[in-house]
Amino acid sequence: MPPLRADSALRTFLVLATLTAGLLAAVLVGSVVGPYPIPPGEVLSAILGRLFGNATTAPVDTILFQIRLPRVMAALLVGGALATAGASYQTLFRNPLVSPDILGVSAGSGFGAVLGILLSLPVIAIQGLSFVTGLLTVAIVYLLARALRSQNEILVLVLAGIVVGALAGAGISLVKVLADPYNQLPAITFWLLGSLAGIKLSDVWTIAPLVIAGLVPLCLLRWRIGVLTLGDDEARALGVDVTVVRGVVIVAATLMTSAAVSVSGVIGWIGLMIPHMARLLVGPRYDRVLPASALMGAAFLVLVDALARSAARIEIPLGLLTALIGAPAFVWLLARGRRGWS
Amino acid sequence: MLEARALAIGYHRHPVASGIDVSVGRGEILCLLGPNGAGKTTLFKTLLGLIPALEGEVRIDGKPLATLPRPALARAIAYVPQAQTMEFAYTVLDLVLMGRTAHLGPFAGPRAIDRERAETALADLGILSLAGTEANRISGGQRQLCLIARALAQDAPLIVMDEPTASLDLGNRILVLDRVHALRDRGYGVVLSTHDPDQARELATRVAIMAAGRLAAYGSPSETLTAEMLTSIYGTPVGVERTESGRSVTMASRV
Repeated sequence: MPPLRADSALRTFLVLATLTAGLLAAVLVGSVVGPYPIPPGEVLSAILGRLFGNATTAPVDTILFQIRLPRVMAALLVGGALATAGASYQTLFRNPLVSPDILGVSAGSGFGAVLGILLSLPVIAIQGLSFVTGLLTVAIVYLLARALRSQNEILVLVLAGIVVGALAGAGISLVKVLADPYNQLPAITFWLLGSLAGIKLSDVWTIAPLVIAGLVPLCLLRWRIGVLTLGDDEARALGVDVTVVRGVVIVAATLMTSAAVSVSGVIGWIGLMIPHMARLLVGPRYDRVLPASALMGAAFLVLVDALARSAARIEIPLGLLTALIGAPAFVWLLARGRRGWS
Repeated sequence: MLEARALAIGYHRHPVASGIDVSVGRGEILCLLGPNGAGKTTLFKTLLGLIPALEGEVRIDGKPLATLPRPALARAIAYVPQAQTMEFAYTVLDLVLMGRTAHLGPFAGPRAIDRERAETALADLGILSLAGTEANRISGGQRQLCLIARALAQDAPLIVMDEPTASLDLGNRILVLDRVHALRDRGYGVVLSTHDPDQARELATRVAIMAAGRLAAYGSPSETLTAEMLTSIYGTPVGVERTESGRSVTMASRV
């Protein structure tokens, strides 16, 4: 049936084009909004000015390029990374309900980062530690679920994630107790709530390569990763080297999660909710869910971060906002029944 | 041509069966029977290269299975699992497209030619009209046909089917068996497991009966599916009677 195939490919293209336009619009909104609003026209002319080598007057230029755009770029990278990682974990574990939070990866990465803050390590070492503990968490959760060998593997997986996540949470509490209450503790606490307030341009340059390094293999292996949803035996029988592909997904998705967590702190819900919304738009195929999730996650966090710095006189922690928006949105998705997974 | 020679199957330190010599060529159907737990599924997994043989070897067109890389193996032998509902709501076409994986480059997705092949496979089985339907929303028989279509899209001359008619109603069972017949006539080699001796009698070129950790019988349906053999492997009195039309029917024998 030719019309059908044209439809679904065309539809995917249109959805992705719309999402790209939406992301650009979100970036513009993120650049305009803040304690010192800059009109959209000035934002555009400042950016064009930079591009063509004649910088505009100082204040707008400084705010935009030193403070606001780095923050918008960080939000874009973190949101895109968390949503992509969520979509990948859901595909890998054959379960639309897993996410970096539920699998304990966020808590595991968080523990590593908090430990790094406690030890006063440099930023790159904090990120490294965050990545290693995140990867360890996924490995432990996965091995635990396999060792228990239950009939209901998904239940065991989620329970193992909760258990390991709780352990990582206990580790975080221990670090809090040990931390210097005047300097480190406030930093740790604020960081755990999730925030992009302290972002510098150098942070963007640190995580951008990591996020891209995670994204590229996922994009390349997109079709084979999707086949993994059929289960190990079927995927192997269809010609997929399951061990290799699964290893790539775990490392890449954990790398992206850890890179995000290391600059923004723990921001929940994006990895769970955004892939669901992406599936509503483009269907369950991973090769379509991947770009849709990345674009939607990026746009979502750019907008939420704009809200965080403009809605009240103080900065609202991002984790709080994503939970406020994500929890009801997710209930709505569940209420739509299994259609939400389609 | 799929051949198993002196095969011992099982998992690490847990042998299931040994001394298995079976083969199936193009245009042949090998039916696998045996009580629950006799190792039919383990044999399938070994034939598909999903678990290694403990002893002996499996050869495909003369080449040892263990030497074939995963995609090459998938182009030689396809697997039709029992149809189950899935966590992800793929359309029938998307599911069949996944059969093309072994024909794609490692970093590629399906091309127009793969979509055509998938649609041809669906048309072959008479379910092209379901292409855009969610695979979880069609009947069990249709879902089984969808998985057979995926195996056809895989373009492998050998197809292994795990109880393709289990949990199907009579109408769907006849429909699926009809298609399996047609595959044989088109030159596919088929291995399928079943719990129904009459089905095996109707379909099989050869029958392999597994029981008590070995191959209890291997040969033509009339040689293997006898009342004595069935009684001995199932441990309950079984009779085989001829109907007026000359077909044999298996039933519980009440002596």
